[in-house]
Amino acid sequence: MAQVSNYNLDQKFDFTASLKKTIMTVLGLGVALFAVGVITSLFGGHHDEAAEASGHAYHWYHRVFANLWINNVYFTGIAVIGVFFFAIQYAAQAGWSTGILRVMLSLGNWLPIAGVLMIVTFFVASHDLFHWTHSYLFDKNDPQYDYIIDGKGAYFYWPMEKGSFPIFFIIRMIAFFGIWVFFFNKLKNLSFAEDNLSGSHDWSNIRKWSAIFLVLFAVSSSIAAWDWIMSIDTHWFSTMFGWYVFASWFVAGLSVITLITLFLKGKGYLEMVNENHIHDLGKFVFAFSIFWTYIWFSQFLLIYYANIPEESVYFVERLQSDVYSPFIFVNLALNFVLPFLVLMTRDSKRHGVFLKVVCSLIILGHWFDFFLMVQPGTLGHNGGFGLMEIGMLLIFGSAFAFVVFKSLAGKNLVAKNHPMLEESYHHHI
Amino acid sequence: MQVTSSVREPLITGGKTLKDVTHDVSRQVEGKPTLGWILGLLVAVGALLLGSLALVATLWEGIGMWGLNKTIGWAWDITNFVWWVGIGHAGTLISAVLLLFRQKWRMAINRAAEAMTIFAVICAAMFPVIHMGRPWLGAYWALPLPNTFGSLWVNFNSPLLWDVFAISTYFSVSLVFWYIGLIPDFATIRDRATGLRKTIYGALSFGWDGAAKTWSRYESVALILAGLATPLVLSVHTIVSFDFATSVIPGWHTTIFPPYFVAGAIFSGFAMVLTLMIITRKVFKLEDYITIGHIELMNIVIIITGSIVGIAYITEFFIAWYSGVAAEQYAFINRAFGPYWWAYWSMMTCNVISPQLFWFKKIRTSIVATFILSLVVNIGMWFERFVIIVTSLHRDFLPSSWAMFYPTLSDIGVYLFTFGLFFTLFLLFAKFFPVINMAEVKSIVKSSSEKVNK
Repeated sequence: MAQVSNYNLDQKFDFTASLKKTIMTVLGLGVALFAVGVITSLFGGHHDEAAEASGHAYHWYHRVFANLWINNVYFTGIAVIGVFFFAIQYAAQAGWSTGILRVMLSLGNWLPIAGVLMIVTFFVASHDLFHWTHSYLFDKNDPQYDYIIDGKGAYFYWPMEKGSFPIFFIIRMIAFFGIWVFFFNKLKNLSFAEDNLSGSHDWSNIRKWSAIFLVLFAVSSSIAAWDWIMSIDTHWFSTMFGWYVFASWFVAGLSVITLITLFLKGKGYLEMVNENHIHDLGKFVFAFSIFWTYIWFSQFLLIYYANIPEESVYFVERLQSDVYSPFIFVNLALNFVLPFLVLMTRDSKRHGVFLKVVCSLIILGHWFDFFLMVQPGTLGHNGGFGLMEIGMLLIFGSAFAFVVFKSLAGKNLVAKNHPMLEESYHHHI
Repeated sequence: MQVTSSVREPLITGGKTLKDVTHDVSRQVEGKPTLGWILGLLVAVGALLLGSLALVATLWEGIGMWGLNKTIGWAWDITNFVWWVGIGHAGTLISAVLLLFRQKWRMAINRAAEAMTIFAVICAAMFPVIHMGRPWLGAYWALPLPNTFGSLWVNFNSPLLWDVFAISTYFSVSLVFWYIGLIPDFATIRDRATGLRKTIYGALSFGWDGAAKTWSRYESVALILAGLATPLVLSVHTIVSFDFATSVIPGWHTTIFPPYFVAGAIFSGFAMVLTLMIITRKVFKLEDYITIGHIELMNIVIIITGSIVGIAYITEFFIAWYSGVAAEQYAFINRAFGPYWWAYWSMMTCNVISPQLFWFKKIRTSIVATFILSLVVNIGMWFERFVIIVTSLHRDFLPSSWAMFYPTLSDIGVYLFTFGLFFTLFLLFAKFFPVINMAEVKSIVKSSSEKVNK
């Protein structure tokens, strides 16, 4: 066991000015594209008089809200997956991944920001995002009374009157972010405290906290998916939905972890992480891309086969729309066909260049997945993939990257007292 | 070079050497059958014979011998079928998925778990075949065979047909995987034997010579089969769940079924592995290979899969309410509080509540508690299928068709027959085949035994 290795275990990531400048440039580009997108829709928008009369006119800011929501939910997911994957390594007693534990953990730094953004966006835009926030749906005397939504109103409003203030929904949102941020901080503190200690006591302590987090995450991630996404299409329901959103988040999170690892290696850090570890990350991306497809297909097939109108409307709305139907195939091509074919061979998982291309496209692909979950229910035929969408994705992506790199800088990149570090050096597959 | 962290528990205790591994495992194959084994075999064969009375009666008289009625057209038959198929998941999961995840603790249990898988799938396959009523014509219903019966042709849109393909493919791959793994161990026994035994095990080992080239081919084949078996093991229970979920029956049609059935299958499979291995390790004195650490890890898999199943139950219940679909809401209320409430609460207690006891280290490292809970889980998973199948069917869309299901002696007898078959096959396997994969366990003697760590 007394192996001497020459790795620098105290290495710290240097968040250089040039990297900051690159990220800021992307951010600026995003803002510019977004602004152009807003201006085009301000002046180019068509008027739907009938809709305007009924109080449901489409305005350009609806699309801004929908975009905010897509990216909020998506990047929240990527951030919490970082913490989830970190916890999995401890719960499963994984040794191979020790060198990249801090990369996984760094994604969680986005969570507090995501929580604030989510709550603020909800308060500003809830009426344009969530149909169930309209009080007339619950008023039996109103012509627009909806007995199905009235039936599930307690899920959002309990214990308040239906149609008033969605206290139950908001408490859940705060509780989920609270739990995730708390466990992220707990695991982060324990992991960094271990750098100044020795012995395996901390390893078992982190393992215990990881197990508790995983239990809470299993419940909260599913409910969050029902709350934040499924309830947009308020009538519709699918028992698979929580696991479907989790699968999408997980692949996207794994791709981000892989990309950051490859980036850091490219800069000369993490030299103990070699092609064997990269291979394992590639296998995870490959396997869970197939897992996502399995979940996607199972949900689709069962709804398609049984063809119960209340359920199939969800896919009819998307497949028969000129705006959205192409993206169903983009979604499957980027998230299944591409990783399945490209990452099939051993070599493609061991050479960074393939993984960089595939992971970047997967991150875009799963953004399309969330795009397809959010826009049809919020914008209908007024949605689409344009400059506003590209701009907002770039803004969120660069802000996320900035936060993550900032958190990596100045602290130890490697969990140097981790009892399985030595095992990880000798990982060969 | 392999390094093992000091925080890992040793996988082999008692300071075993390579020679000890060979001796400890081969000794059962070479020795005389013990009294316990003979008694066990007598009980198993007895159950088989007793159950075959019911089987013969069913085949002779037709499936009217069962308690099925016009409303409940599927009951014990499909319940038993899904239950056995579920049990038949653990072996390939342990061998293939845990191999891909490089879980070395699988090595002590994979052989027996795979054997169990194969026997469980055989038991499972009996039920659809018997349910055909005239199994001698069964091939025409189950396979697209050209015939002159008129309009008799399989329905490619039916998940029941997909089941035929999925399970037969799974069975073939599992059988080949298991047998390929046995070859080097048969050769070890052959090399130690003389006379008739040498001839028999020599033939079974396909002339294995242990050359480097042979091992290299062996490893390539194992990896390819593991890669094939992983999607197969998921597909089998996915398609079993499609049998129900593609329908429009409230309680059956729910999108979470595929992954939830797979988790449930792993759950019940691990429970059955524990039931069998706890006895096997004791009777064959293999405690140094199948350690408390192994049992604890299997119990952790049981907590995880049991909790996944529990989340799925609660999700179904919640979404039934949330959907606002009256029939769906009724189906779930009826499950919990209708005439079959006792089945529902047995399922909840056995599958969701009792496995949570494994959060206590004392309980998950106790042999007695594990053995009892493994039986509890097996009972719970039988009730799960019974609840899904019978309680969803017994309230038909027309209240005038509402009915209850009462099993007949033939229902019970055919189930008993499969138990007899399963244990007869398992006992024969345990006596005449090496129950632990010697070759694989030897590969970790150096890195994961007690001597290295201490």
